[in-house]
Amino acid sequence: MVTENEIWDYMEEVYDPEVPVLTIVDLGIVRSITYQGECCKITITPTYSGCPAMKRIEEDIIQKLDEKGIGNVEVDLVLSPAWTTDWLSDSGRKKLKKYGIAPPENEVDKSVLFSEPTIVPCPKCDSKDTKLVSQFGSTACKAHYQCNHCLEPFDYFKCLK
Amino acid sequence: MNALFEYLLRLGDDSLILGHRLSEWCGHGPILEEDIAMTNLSLDLIGQATSFLKYAGEVEGKSRNEDDLAFLRFEREYKNLLLVERPNQNFGATMMRQFLFDAYRKLFFERLVHSTDSQLSAIAAKSLKETKYHLKHSSEWVIRLGDGTEESHEKMQSALDDLWKYSAELFYQDDVDEDLIENGIIPAVDAIKGEWDVLVRNVLEQATLIIPSNNWEQVGGRKGIHSEHLGYILAELQYMQRAYPGMKW
Repeated sequence: MVTENEIWDYMEEVYDPEVPVLTIVDLGIVRSITYQGECCKITITPTYSGCPAMKRIEEDIIQKLDEKGIGNVEVDLVLSPAWTTDWLSDSGRKKLKKYGIAPPENEVDKSVLFSEPTIVPCPKCDSKDTKLVSQFGSTACKAHYQCNHCLEPFDYFKCLK
Repeated sequence: MNALFEYLLRLGDDSLILGHRLSEWCGHGPILEEDIAMTNLSLDLIGQATSFLKYAGEVEGKSRNEDDLAFLRFEREYKNLLLVERPNQNFGATMMRQFLFDAYRKLFFERLVHSTDSQLSAIAAKSLKETKYHLKHSSEWVIRLGDGTEESHEKMQSALDDLWKYSAELFYQDDVDEDLIENGIIPAVDAIKGEWDVLVRNVLEQATLIIPSNNWEQVGGRKGIHSEHLGYILAELQYMQRAYPGMKW
């Protein structure tokens, strides 16, 4: 008999296809797990509306649980409450930095016009002298920055609240 | 007529068609960062369209899903604003179109979050976070280019002159809206119009652009009466389904 806690542990073995150092639990996109009468129900939420990884994540969850001998799995996608970077785990933040992606700072650019962009320390050299290159990066959840100190271009995992 | 279904098509089609327009920039952006930015915006919009159209299919109850609604309708069944089907033209004109739309969408979603319909409220909460980034991006470009060089100013003014008449449709209201507003499912547009005016005029002023004095209002999309451009958009959007009906991948 599998317990829900064990299934949470299995989810720690499913990685985000776009940021492969993070598990879907690190990202906070697994919202709930129930296991009743041999049927496993898992609720996930997208980071962004158009996140193209959701279908893949759903398939990866089903495949992982199949490997663990759980065949009857239902994955539901919910939008509410909307995902926020606050759900990113502490270990997830550390893994991101180590991977070269600056983890989200805890503030969203509030002002609409020409506000000073959020100060994002460089994940390589920790300098705070960095500049925003583009609010839109290689995936919906990232912005593109460059370090003025070590000149390294880097991704910033955008704060979303 | 099912008012909620009809209204969801309006929301979904705005996102779908504008998302498609932005996707046309893929590989053609003026700089790499903007190429990526516009496809990011496109992705968000197509994601929002997916949510709205999926819900529309559920509300309709005729077992049509979001793909059926996106790919298997005729021109007259699309209910998007005329504004979002306007051609991309140059980058400045694309940003102007985006700005007029984003300003409306942000104010609209801020209110739709309080909808008595929990699914609409959820989609709005999700989309609002994305739309704030979109508005920041488009309004900064409108100012930079409007208050930029002589050439960029001229292009932005000409874009505004062309697009302004389509902005009235953002606040179009008919019997589809009335019941939904009364039941608190969607927000009343009047308050949004007031705030939109202030926001848009403020940005255009900083951009040194002048709102056209001609106040002709061009509407039609909400009733399915479109410009010739939509047909070309659908020819591309629906190409695979037309060539290989029912294909899946």
